[in-house]
Amino acid sequence: MNHLPLIIKREYLTKVRNKSFIIMTFLSPIIFMALIAFVAYLTQLNNDKVRVISVLDESELVYDVFKKTEQTTYNILHGLSLEEAQALVLETEGTGLLHIHELKDHTIDSQHITFYSEESPSISLISDIENKVEKRLTRLNLQANGVDVEMINNSKVNINIEQESFDGEKTSKMDRLIKLIFGGAAGYLLFMFIIIYGNMIMRSVIEEKTNRIIEVIISSVKPMQLMLGKIIGTSLAGITQVVIWLIFGSVLMTVATIVLGVDMAATPQQQAMQQAMENPEVNMQVQNIANAFYHLPLTNLVIAFILFFIGGYLFYSSLYAAIGAAVDNETDTQQFMMPIIMPLILAVYIGFFTVIEDPHGTVSTVFSFIPLTSPVVMLMRIPFGVPIWQQVLSLLILVATFIGTVWFASKIYRVGILMYGKKPSYRELMKWIKY
Amino acid sequence: MSNLLEVNGVSKKFGDFRALNEVSVSVPEGSIFGLLGPNGAGKTTLIRIVNQITMPDSGTVHLDGELLNPSHISAIGYLPEERGLYKSMKVGEQALYLAQLKGLSKAEAKKRLKYWFDRLEIGDWWNKKIEELSKGMAQKVQFVVTVLHDPKLLIFDEPFSGFDPINANLIKDEILRLRDNGATVIFSTHRMESVEELCDEIALINKSNKILDGKLVDIKRQYKINTFEVGIRTSDNNQLRQELESKFEVSNAKFKTLDDELKVNIKLDEAIKPNDLLNYLTSKGEVSHFVELIPSVNDIFIQTVKNN
Repeated sequence: MNHLPLIIKREYLTKVRNKSFIIMTFLSPIIFMALIAFVAYLTQLNNDKVRVISVLDESELVYDVFKKTEQTTYNILHGLSLEEAQALVLETEGTGLLHIHELKDHTIDSQHITFYSEESPSISLISDIENKVEKRLTRLNLQANGVDVEMINNSKVNINIEQESFDGEKTSKMDRLIKLIFGGAAGYLLFMFIIIYGNMIMRSVIEEKTNRIIEVIISSVKPMQLMLGKIIGTSLAGITQVVIWLIFGSVLMTVATIVLGVDMAATPQQQAMQQAMENPEVNMQVQNIANAFYHLPLTNLVIAFILFFIGGYLFYSSLYAAIGAAVDNETDTQQFMMPIIMPLILAVYIGFFTVIEDPHGTVSTVFSFIPLTSPVVMLMRIPFGVPIWQQVLSLLILVATFIGTVWFASKIYRVGILMYGKKPSYRELMKWIKY
Repeated sequence: MSNLLEVNGVSKKFGDFRALNEVSVSVPEGSIFGLLGPNGAGKTTLIRIVNQITMPDSGTVHLDGELLNPSHISAIGYLPEERGLYKSMKVGEQALYLAQLKGLSKAEAKKRLKYWFDRLEIGDWWNKKIEELSKGMAQKVQFVVTVLHDPKLLIFDEPFSGFDPINANLIKDEILRLRDNGATVIFSTHRMESVEELCDEIALINKSNKILDGKLVDIKRQYKINTFEVGIRTSDNNQLRQELESKFEVSNAKFKTLDDELKVNIKLDEAIKPNDLLNYLTSKGEVSHFVELIPSVNDIFIQTVKNN
């Protein structure tokens, strides 16, 4: 008799109705949003503070590169000695004092420039100042040696090699980066999903043992059906949770933006992005990214992503189920966590170091067929173009291993009931597997 | 009367441990069959084989004339000794789920559950979680779940453990009623007085072997010791006792009476009829007590296991 739908339904409903599950489903986005809002708020706080930097430029060659910005005001000092300037900055509670010695022939070493401050300044501030001074002095040096600076600037060439395969498919460096990001994101997503919900499946498999209902259940259903039902039911609950997170999260984000007036999108990086967009050179880059996106085998990628994600997730779930089947209680499961996570990490590493270097090399190809690593490695390979037969074969291997593992887990499960803490011999195990 | 369950030469080993050795058992249809034996004798293994939780290494099991197969799952109701329910599920939901696993439709299961819950007066537990119930209460739910799908064969492993005497009686009556309605019951327990009360047939398993089986009456007859408990009022108890000792095999009696009578057990030879003894006794005094001593299942159990 097929009880699978019944088991799935029960697993799903018990998970979804569980109090801690409900609480976490609604609390997590709130906590997450609160965290983002807090960080955004802190960033704004920080931004409001205006730094005042005094500049004492003895040779008066550099000072005019320091322009007032939103965050920094420069106070240019003239005709003061170092001691007087220091006293002044201390008195006015300025952020710091930049002292540039009298320069001869514009030749300069770092000892000639000193930044005095009460608290050590941020790295970005120092590098910003270094940058400005460097540019100006280089320019002055070039001019002093009789070099036409305009000519140098005009002679600069920016190279961006166009790549094209023999059958006319165009790619670029940016393509590679986008592909890598795509594969990496897919791998990471799978990784997170497995870590969050794999444990849930394991606990669900142990449930019958801790509730001592196992003998009643096992005399009514086949363990294989029970295992499958548990994996599918729990996964559906997991998907429900993620979907609620996404919906609830975006609603919260909108509400927070409107009500609190905190623009969560306005993190400094994004501001910088926006500024950069106005720059024509960066605009070219954006165009490149869009092109790279266009170059991706999108249909293939989306379908493969869905299939490999489901396949990979189910396969790892079945491993968790097997662990649940082998142990009597949750405390015994800790030691088994590592062996499961390791291949996943390995897959991500292979993805980043091997696939990016040689997407169709032996290592990449082999690992994109091994079920433990194939969901991640294959997903990372697909943007570079993988023949459909390879994808199908890899997926078939994955699904077959999944079913094999569930079957194996159900054997372990059945043997586990009868053993009363006695370790089964290998011969015994083999016999059970045959039954 | 035909046999509902036929276990034929079943053996089962776990590693080097032999759990069952060539055990054959026949359970007649419509009977209550006691499966007895000391701890670790192999009873639970046998029950698990019948429930298809585990397979025998050799031997066959027939249910209703057919070799045991997965379709028999819905024909068996099993209450294991190690039992529990999903703690976080509600009583009604859980009972429905388990009934559906046994092949009942949802509507049918609901109807039957209502009937049984009313019968055992647990109707208002429907929406309670198992973790809110006491152990005895949960056992009642388990009992209902076991019998709900109206199985031909009911297997109870220590059904009364965890019940107070009132509820134990209630369950006992339900088991008898199920038998009367045509179900066959296998009943595994250590509590001999309930075996005495309920079982029509028994099988005794010790150290993986079946050492005794048959109708309870026949077995008792087989273990008959021809001994009578006698209580008699005389003027001189000691004199009569000496007189009796010279004629019969006499031992001290264990029963209690109200007055200060002579109380002895008398074992008769095959040649002497009980009536002869009674006649002799009435001539000596006023007989207040005259009962044939029938061995209890408990005595038989202990005796056979020890001799084995």
